[in-house]
Amino acid sequence: MDDRIRSDFPILRRTVNEHPLVYLDSAATSMKPTAVIEAEAHFYRENYANVRRGLYQLAAEATDLYEGARAKVAAFIGAGKDEIVFTRGTTEALNLAAWALGEVRVISGDEILVTEMEHHANLLPWQETARRKGAHLLASSVASTGEIDLADFKRKLSPRTKVVALVHVSNVLGTVNPIPELADLARRVGALVVIDAAQSVPHMPVDVRELGADLVAFSGHKMLGPTGIGVLWGQRELLSQLPPFVVGGEMVREVWLNWATWDDPPARFEGGTPPIAQAVALGTAVDYLNAIGMDEVRRHGQELTALALDGLLSRPYATVYGPREPGARGALVSFSIDGIHPHDVATLLDQEGIAIRGGHHCAQPLHRRFGIASSCRVSFHVYNTDREIGQFLEALDRVWKALG
Amino acid sequence: MSGYEEIILDHWRHPRNQGRLPDPTGAAVEANPLCGDVVRMEVKVEEGKVAEVRFSGEGCAISQAAASLLTELVREKPVAEAMAIKDDDLLSSLGGVVKTRLSCAVLPLRALRRALASHASAA
Repeated sequence: MDDRIRSDFPILRRTVNEHPLVYLDSAATSMKPTAVIEAEAHFYRENYANVRRGLYQLAAEATDLYEGARAKVAAFIGAGKDEIVFTRGTTEALNLAAWALGEVRVISGDEILVTEMEHHANLLPWQETARRKGAHLLASSVASTGEIDLADFKRKLSPRTKVVALVHVSNVLGTVNPIPELADLARRVGALVVIDAAQSVPHMPVDVRELGADLVAFSGHKMLGPTGIGVLWGQRELLSQLPPFVVGGEMVREVWLNWATWDDPPARFEGGTPPIAQAVALGTAVDYLNAIGMDEVRRHGQELTALALDGLLSRPYATVYGPREPGARGALVSFSIDGIHPHDVATLLDQEGIAIRGGHHCAQPLHRRFGIASSCRVSFHVYNTDREIGQFLEALDRVWKALG
Repeated sequence: MSGYEEIILDHWRHPRNQGRLPDPTGAAVEANPLCGDVVRMEVKVEEGKVAEVRFSGEGCAISQAAASLLTELVREKPVAEAMAIKDDDLLSSLGGVVKTRLSCAVLPLRALRRALASHASAA
């Protein structure tokens, strides 16, 4: 990566607390390149109208751009165009998945299997489905290495398991889970597989067919795109069997006062006016990532992760969570500092313009598993540099000196 | 490294009135589950005054320093005066707190108010 990429992100030119911004919280949300910001504005200036219903030129243009974005996202993950459902984000996509699968696949006494390392967005929807249907929610253990305990995973699969929902890349541990292998095990007991890909699709090449999953969810805002737009990918045949989660305009065929028929997927799952400008700009974010190349995005993320890992592991006051090998991780590292609360670490680094995450990262059960209430996390994207990792590590030494 | 005022660092490193009271007349716990901060305030009220006060708990430097400082502010004070301490009073006694962390600083004050109220309702 070079300075040219960095200069594509206008926010990185600002200062925070009189220091140049060092943004190390891309796992929470990524910054936006000018191309994405301009794409959204340009759409409002030049082509804006509602989609799918207009009989006039502008509506046709807006619909073409919206559907064009869908095609770009589909190609990005090796999917068919009509397999891409636009949602508000990963959370809404997983809620849709959990609700709809609950309706057609889960009955009283069935089991749903998740893991201890799930983000709350891939845990709470399944808790609700289990409660609603009288099913049991099981959680596969996480080993102290930060990996899924494979023996425990196998033990918890049974013919009663109807859904296995798991994260591709952990937002806390960074672990890249072996999805093809786990999905294959799930499939053998007849379970459907739902993947939370919020931390993988933005950072590495992902082909949904290679994952072997049935449903895959991710967000636009973590992959240089706008907020308010996300994706649920589903196998064509499965999507056609699922009922709509949100009903209303734009998702029906025929409506009578006491009944209605649903449109085909993906329209069936996009009730109401969708986030049109956000979808269009997500298409531009996909173009931007493709221009760099996802292999290069992955390589850069691993390089920065390796630097941060090395630096943290060599500091006796720091404890690192998750795999030690950068190749086994996504572009993030979580850690603790002896005797210093993560919020104090984050506040003191912020005084130097360095933005990191401190907290439970929406994964309370996982933190409990490691015996901590919260942790610190640094995470990266294409605009971060080796130099910033160095600045962060030096500032961390100063935090240790001040409070340790 | 700048960021925390010296008074916060001092109270965090050398907490005052930390521990438990053998015979409190009122007590309350406040917690912030989002970050794991927990503050327990125990008071012993005698003749309308905060005769003794102790805090215990765990959490970030700001919540623990604020708890320590608060015990000094209210000790020997009439209950009405202690109850009248406002968030801003505590924040300025701490020398100011960054706006992202105000909830940490006022956690002990919420515990103290409830501890004093629990004494009042028991009396």
